Amino acid sequence: MHSKSTYGTIAVKTAVLLIAALLLFAPFLFQDVRALEVAARICIFIVLVASYDLLIGYTGIVSFAHTMFFGFGAYGAAIALRQMGPGWDAVAIGALAGVLVSLVVATGVGLLSLRVKAIFFAMITLATASVALVLASQLSQFTGGEDGITYRVPDLFKPATKLMVDETGKVARLFGVKLNGKLAAYYFVFFTSLALFLLMLRVVAAPLGSVLKAIHENEARAEAIGYRVVAYRTFVFCLSAAVASLAGTIYAVWLKYTGPDTTLSFAIMIDILLMVVIGGMGTMWGAVVGAVLMVVAQYYLRDLMGAAAEATANIPLLPDLLDPDRWLFWLGIIFILLVYFFPRGITGTIMQKGAR
Amino acid sequence: MDRISDIMGRFGGVYLLPLALAALAFVLIGAPSSWATLTVAGLAMGMMVFLMASGLSLIFGLMDVLNFGHSAFVSFGAFVAASVLAALSGWLGADNVLLNIVALTLAIIAAMSFGLAAGWFFETVIIRPVYHDHLRQILITMGALIVSEQIILAIWGGTPITVLRPQFLEGAWIIGDVSIEIYRIFAFGLGLAAFIGLYLVLNRTRLGLLVRAGVENREMVEALGFRIDRLFIGVFMVGSALAAVGGAMWAGYETLITPALGGEMMIVVFIVVIIGGLGSIEGTLLGALLVGLTANYVGFLAPKLALASNMILMTAILLWRPNGLRPAVK
Repeated sequence: MHSKSTYGTIAVKTAVLLIAALLLFAPFLFQDVRALEVAARICIFIVLVASYDLLIGYTGIVSFAHTMFFGFGAYGAAIALRQMGPGWDAVAIGALAGVLVSLVVATGVGLLSLRVKAIFFAMITLATASVALVLASQLSQFTGGEDGITYRVPDLFKPATKLMVDETGKVARLFGVKLNGKLAAYYFVFFTSLALFLLMLRVVAAPLGSVLKAIHENEARAEAIGYRVVAYRTFVFCLSAAVASLAGTIYAVWLKYTGPDTTLSFAIMIDILLMVVIGGMGTMWGAVVGAVLMVVAQYYLRDLMGAAAEATANIPLLPDLLDPDRWLFWLGIIFILLVYFFPRGITGTIMQKGAR
Repeated sequence: MDRISDIMGRFGGVYLLPLALAALAFVLIGAPSSWATLTVAGLAMGMMVFLMASGLSLIFGLMDVLNFGHSAFVSFGAFVAASVLAALSGWLGADNVLLNIVALTLAIIAAMSFGLAAGWFFETVIIRPVYHDHLRQILITMGALIVSEQIILAIWGGTPITVLRPQFLEGAWIIGDVSIEIYRIFAFGLGLAAFIGLYLVLNRTRLGLLVRAGVENREMVEALGFRIDRLFIGVFMVGSALAAVGGAMWAGYETLITPALGGEMMIVVFIVVIIGGLGSIEGTLLGALLVGLTANYVGFLAPKLALASNMILMTAILLWRPNGLRPAVK
């Protein structure tokens, strides 16, 4: 993994650059609503998965509360936008509130879990996250309950907004793409996600990243060298919580809707877990590859499975398993096989190529 | 202070906690009849959760394996039992108590045998390759949980299923102005029987001695020439079977089950195991009773708090005893 210039590493970095380029020009390359939806989701999930990778891949902490922080950010923005009306101040206050709540909860959970065995941490985060999910659906006067919240976002992002007008006063087109608020919203998502991703890339490249890896490799030795493992762990837990919360705010602004299913649900936690493991733990590039593959699969693989289910309609049980709703079944099996045979995931395995 | 804790220890120490909780609730609730109903409900719930949690605790204690897929056994137990009961609905509806009991026993045996078989499969195929690697254990058992949930969805569908109860367990006993559901008594009795059985096996037999020794120091037991991996498969299978029976009992208690059942119970099971301390069934029983009683009392006293009550309980106990109330693993 420390090999700087194996051809495997170069291949992965090229792929990531290609993905970045595709995402940058996504509105011009894929001109339909669904593709733009997919691209925005990919951007946000890259950030979310990368922040989770800080925990699981770099530091070796397994947390199941990541969607909770994602939800704090999303609900922060959603509640602020609904109460204060559409405006940048509401977005800022919502983001700030989400980050603050995330930091407080992360510190609390971190400090509590430091007193107990490391293995408890996974269980405690799972319990905390489930309480957050139940609270979100119960406190319906704040969170809208199961229905969630719909709200309006700043005027800039309205589809009717004209960024540029041509001579006739209609919205101008660039390469056939309308320069409207939807485009602005996408680039808001893209550039904020990029900024957060670069921030995390900087963090892991810094000496801090090496300390985190040292803690993962051998906790006792890291402690013996003089690093306060406990402090580093709490710090990275808070950092990843804050980033996840910001990703949640971005997602809330993009979707114009926040509900338990889009942010807090356990299904999203499983998605994140799958993305991290499929992409490869312990490299930021893995988050990119994993998120892209999973989101694309989520949107397009189901159509394929529906066709397969119809083709096998007269074989018992198989159509049930090939049903588009059962796609997690296959992903689960792929997940198990990956953990067995390629614990480093796709990027980790490729980056090893040519190392010796 | 030391003298007080000494005296408390002589009278049972942490085992007094459920009693203290019940006494506190008695004062707060004020109405003896509702208190009695709630206590019975809490004890019954605690015993069912104990069935689900004891296996997880022992598995972790003996082999340092944390099985996040444990709740899959609970769901499967519930659905297998529900299917058997549905197939035998003629016997259940009959006025004949004997037929009722046969049908119920068959359902529980079906759940148990399924748990044994699934436990064996799970241990040898899923967990064996990742011993001693916690991170991959968590990931792999999580993956197995996803797959099992999807299998349940594929077989039984996503719509809630009604679970039939045997005729003789329907209804309630009325003593004075206290009404006690018969099913709860039955659940409590079955859980207690399982606990006594486990306790006797662990403390009075050679096999139990080996299991306890394995929990205490695995290498030493191996060095003395015992095949602890075989012992572990046994413990894993029994633990899974207990979870399946717990799921079956829970299905009868809820009477309406969905595939989400396992996931919902998993949180409670984890909290119980954390509270009780890993590796000891006494601790698990204690944790299960505390959680069951708290859930019912708080649900009555402050319904808004009911959701968070288990978390608050866990936080309080962890702050007091970071390793749980009665840990067997050092």
